[in-house]
Amino acid sequence: MEETLEKPEKPVGQKKPKLTFESKGRTVYYQLQDKIFKYFALAATSLGLIVLVLLLYSVFSSGFDRLDWDFITSLPSKRAAKAGIYTAWTGTLWIMFLTTIIAFPIGVSAGIYLEEYSSRSRMSNLIEINIANLAGVPSIIYGLLGLEVFARFLNLGASVLTGSLTLALLILPIIIVSTREAIKTVPYTLREASFALGASKWQTIWNQVLPASVPGIITGVILAISRAIGETAPLIVIGALTYVPFAPTSPMDEFTVMPIQIFNWVSRPQKAFAENAAAAIIVLLSITFVMNAIAVYLRQRSQKKVKW
Amino acid sequence: MRKGEKIIEAFLFGCSALTLLTTVGIILVLSFETIGFFKDVSLIEFLTDTEWTPLFSNKRFGILPLLTGTFLVTAISLVVAVPLGLVIAIYLSEYAPGWFREIVKPVLEILAAIPTVVYGYFALVYVTPWLQEVFPDQIGGFNALSPGIVMGIMILPLISSLSEDALYAVPKSLKEASFGMGATKLQTVRNVLIPAAFSGISVSIVLALSRAIGETMIVAIAAGQQPRLTANPLVPIETATTYIVQVTMGDVPYDSLEYKTIFAVGMTLFIITLLLNNISFWLKKRYTQAYR
Repeated sequence: MEETLEKPEKPVGQKKPKLTFESKGRTVYYQLQDKIFKYFALAATSLGLIVLVLLLYSVFSSGFDRLDWDFITSLPSKRAAKAGIYTAWTGTLWIMFLTTIIAFPIGVSAGIYLEEYSSRSRMSNLIEINIANLAGVPSIIYGLLGLEVFARFLNLGASVLTGSLTLALLILPIIIVSTREAIKTVPYTLREASFALGASKWQTIWNQVLPASVPGIITGVILAISRAIGETAPLIVIGALTYVPFAPTSPMDEFTVMPIQIFNWVSRPQKAFAENAAAAIIVLLSITFVMNAIAVYLRQRSQKKVKW
Repeated sequence: MRKGEKIIEAFLFGCSALTLLTTVGIILVLSFETIGFFKDVSLIEFLTDTEWTPLFSNKRFGILPLLTGTFLVTAISLVVAVPLGLVIAIYLSEYAPGWFREIVKPVLEILAAIPTVVYGYFALVYVTPWLQEVFPDQIGGFNALSPGIVMGIMILPLISSLSEDALYAVPKSLKEASFGMGATKLQTVRNVLIPAAFSGISVSIVLALSRAIGETMIVAIAAGQQPRLTANPLVPIETATTYIVQVTMGDVPYDSLEYKTIFAVGMTLFIITLLLNNISFWLKKRYTQAYR
């Protein structure tokens, strides 16, 4: 900008604008300020990244040595060196499996209904506001709901089933919203073509709309499940145990999960248990990151491939 | 329409109505137990007493210490996350080259995908000892400062992402007009973009606030379990969420007064976050109307 001020193209019949010392100085000052801010902002952005690296480094440096096959296949123990995460990861797998089975069909169905069937009625408006609100409810409140309704009222106790039902309710809003987003990207012309061939509404949805939006839906479901396996608070509230001597073998068994095992180990004063926690965190983070990576990959692939 | 189609539609409707049932369930469960709680404890005591000791023999039921604990940690997290998140949002949307943005944005969002129990570990095992070195002899093993800072990192991507979207949504013509007047990028950001994106930015802050208030594991691990009415970030405190975890970890019989306290505390949390969420919806609606 300064250059253009110093060497302006001479407009016909106009005088070259005079630059006083003062105005030029101010321009330089503002530009300097801009530059300083730019580097300051770069530093702030790097700070965010550095903290992430620090966090990962802190976990890996103290947990990596502890991580071996025995650690993964051992039962929990009062002695830190002998303790393992077998019951924790089997519990997490159970929870993952059951939560998906419960939340996936319900969430996708609800998403389809809201996007394809519901007219702008007061009812669908209400449902929409409600879903947005549910997404903002703290997870620990879902725990209280699960404790009272599933564990106590339906008498399911602190079982895998209670945990899965609770987490399914927690992730339903995420699945519904992402299903709707995925369905929205399918152009209306596709539906019209299907209708023109005589297909019914459901035939159109089942044969055209859903296949076209599968990658988006799966992405959302994977992200939701990855959120569910990292949840700790609602499972503690429904009464999931911190010490379980056996791996669950049915949905009605008591259970623990990876995050609760980590919480239990972190809460102990001995350093050896903190190392166990770090090792367990490495396993949990690996699962979370792999799921997120798959989700991102699916999303990018579908964005590239589909051109309507 | 065929009969099968009707049945399918009814089923799909049922699934979406289930979300309504969830809300109704939450409200019913919380109200039911909270009403039971207020049969034994007066609302005035609950809101004004300055001590929270339901698990001791001398029972006092003032929620204030839990709320100050919650808000203390939340305030610290916002002090960390709001300036940092805003500067990052401005940098990524206005200054950073495209390739940098493409890489950094998803990497920062990893922060949001990390389970909160991992942040709790980081706060207790790394940040607290580090703070103890910086302020020797002043800081306890449990305190509000360390989980506050770490929680700030956790909500950072929420603020930076949503604020960046808000900055991005400002019409290009406004920006170009400012550049055309000879303003630098910083001047444009300060005088045009931030005022124009203000409601979007406040939505991100309110959502982050609501998330921080409901956050459980970081504070349960690193803040302690001593409800106390203080604004001192260096001593152990207890948040509302931690109290619920503390009680449910122990063996408290159903229908005891202690059992009911967690629902009264949960109800308080629910009302606060519900209010905040609806403020954010209202702000969002306002700003989507502004530049259509």
